[in-house]
Amino acid sequence: MIKSKYLIFIAVIILAVLVGNFAQPIYFDKGVNFLNKKFGWTLPNFPEKPYVLGLDLQGGVNLVYEADLNGVIDKAGAMSGLRDIIERRVNMFGVSEPVVQVQGQNRLVVELPGVKDVQEAIKMIGQTPYLEFDEQRTEEESKIILDKMKEVQAVLDKKEDITTVKDWQIALENPYFKPTDLTGKYLKKATIIFDQTTFKPQIELKFDDAGSKLFEEITARNIQKPLAIYLDNASIIDTNGDGKIDAYDVYAPIIQTKISGGQAVISGSMSTQTANDIARRLNSGALPVKIGDPISQEKVGPTLGSASLQKSLWAGVYGLLAVALFMILFYRLPGLLASIALLIYVGIVLSIFKLVPVTLTLAGIGGFVLSIGMAVDANILIFARMKEEILNGKGISESINEGFVRAWPSIRDSNMNSLIVCAILFMFATSFIKGFALTLSIGILVSLFSAIFITRILLQVFITSWAEKAKWLL
Amino acid sequence: MNINFTKYAKFYYGISGILIIASIAALIAFGLKFGIEFTGGSNMQLEFLDTRPSNEIINKTVADFKLGEIIIQPTAEKGIILQFRGVDETTHQQILAKINEAFKVEEKSFQFIGPSVGQELKNKTTIAVILALLAITIYIAFAFRKVSKPVSSWKYGITSLVALIHDIVIPLGVFAVLGKLYNVEITIPIIAALLTVLGFSVHDTIVIFDRIRENILRKGMGQFEETINLSLSQTVGRSLSTVFSTLIPLFALYFFGGETLKYFSFSLIIGITSGAYSSIFIASPLLVSWKKWDERKFAKK
Repeated sequence: MIKSKYLIFIAVIILAVLVGNFAQPIYFDKGVNFLNKKFGWTLPNFPEKPYVLGLDLQGGVNLVYEADLNGVIDKAGAMSGLRDIIERRVNMFGVSEPVVQVQGQNRLVVELPGVKDVQEAIKMIGQTPYLEFDEQRTEEESKIILDKMKEVQAVLDKKEDITTVKDWQIALENPYFKPTDLTGKYLKKATIIFDQTTFKPQIELKFDDAGSKLFEEITARNIQKPLAIYLDNASIIDTNGDGKIDAYDVYAPIIQTKISGGQAVISGSMSTQTANDIARRLNSGALPVKIGDPISQEKVGPTLGSASLQKSLWAGVYGLLAVALFMILFYRLPGLLASIALLIYVGIVLSIFKLVPVTLTLAGIGGFVLSIGMAVDANILIFARMKEEILNGKGISESINEGFVRAWPSIRDSNMNSLIVCAILFMFATSFIKGFALTLSIGILVSLFSAIFITRILLQVFITSWAEKAKWLL
Repeated sequence: MNINFTKYAKFYYGISGILIIASIAALIAFGLKFGIEFTGGSNMQLEFLDTRPSNEIINKTVADFKLGEIIIQPTAEKGIILQFRGVDETTHQQILAKINEAFKVEEKSFQFIGPSVGQELKNKTTIAVILALLAITIYIAFAFRKVSKPVSSWKYGITSLVALIHDIVIPLGVFAVLGKLYNVEITIPIIAALLTVLGFSVHDTIVIFDRIRENILRKGMGQFEETINLSLSQTVGRSLSTVFSTLIPLFALYFFGGETLKYFSFSLIIGITSGAYSSIFIASPLLVSWKKWDERKFAKK
């Protein structure tokens, strides 16, 4: 028993060191860098993982759209298609770590951190998806465009005005493919099917009557040539596997034969995942879902965000120090141990925020600061009970145990109620409330661990029989 | 030390009664001022780089846009918050450009909420409050199911429900008054805070009820009133301590936490304080009063 007590104590210390440094590695790194410099060692820095900050803390814009799903049968499918399209666009817009989420039945939330030109972003997101099928250019055509591109590039290299080049617009064209009249509006549906013998995924396209005729003409004049599929002026999928869709990607199945009747199959080896992506995007281009203007919009400037972050963090630090002071003044030695457990608590919670990662918003920090005060509540109940047992004439270690055992039911029941409320708060879609409820529930759960498990070990290790003679410390 | 809490029960009920009546009166007379999250509209926070012009001049500058009723509130040293009807991004940019023409400003934040979002949020808030009240009442009735005598466990649930309603009506009354006097609005953070108060204010009630449960199991169910008073006397110290320790960081947030968290922490502070009062002076005395009332009814029959 005594041995295991010390083993657990050592485990707690290791945990404390780990979470403390993980949450705030700067001091460890400073120390290591100092040693490395002094002795020429090459000790590594502590593994770094940044906090994820919400839009209200780093600045950016949050847009909520409501899609018009009138007459759409597969609503969930249409929404996931829409989400995919918008995500493609904002990724191409060059926003770092955008979030595009479907919310409820027909809402789409778009979060763009650090975007300045909101007007442009809204315009780009609101566009109707444009799907087109392009045929290959002749070699002469390609050569003309490529030559013009070289010419323009040469002018650009000299930092001169490209409009001096004759017909400079030609250089902006796609050198290998040119649009046909066949677009998404002629496509009825794309479905993923599986080959009867090889079980490989294939994509089946169905065109309407006008589309069937166009498709027949295009296939007739392009046998054994590729037909490129573009969505919003970019390849429908990432074909070179670099994880992004750009000018280096072309998705162009080869036309095997003239196809009449408006029904075609794209075969060839592709994963089910890729086939799904292609089919979904073809459908988004075929039956575009309209989203119009955002129904709500929130933009936070970067200076406001960082000021809020600073202020709320300092409020947290002051709160933490004041709570620790209160605990030490009122509960002396146990209060000091509870304050140490509270510090470990802060370390654990911050580490969880980094690891999960939890997107930290102002509300989330508010919830966390609130949870600091709640975290010592369990300790107060336990210590009060402990004192009662000591006054009743019980021994120190027995009183400590009684304190934990007797206070537990009310600690459990009261925290359960707070968790119930957090669960109810989650039904709000609003990010403020969700962020708050998430950090508060993490705080409550971790506080049960720190206030009960960690504090108990600390009390058992530090307050032993010697304390019988120094009861004033308790 | 044994304090006779229930002796002055009528006095405590009186204080709460007056506060609740005053709160309801304020709610009826002034109503609540809901923020644009609930009503729909636009909210623009600006900071003037030079000096802040008067509200009149600002009003004139944007008069062309026909923005309906514009609420202009100064913030910090050189900032203002403008609230007006909902506008799309193009109009927003035009308004900003127009203001920028006249004065040099930095836009700190802009928010636009469509009308459908607001109604939905109101409905959700109502459902959430009712759900929270029900869930907590049921949980307490369930947690104290072992003490069905001399007062049945659902009465523990109901008395905490009364205390909870007390804890939510009083902050709402305060916000009705603040809304009237200082244009303080009910916003999403305040809703989150009030719901949290519901979960938190039963903490003390539970601690006391738990002690009542223990004392009844230990000493038998005779002399219910004395048991309640004993339990209250034994726990009042720790109830005050837990409330105090929770209030400390909230005060830190209120004073240092910045604008958004100010009224959020403020509503938590009022709610939790009111929750402490109701836990000690309302919930447990109510159990005794209820029992006495039942006995009198029984005697009459």
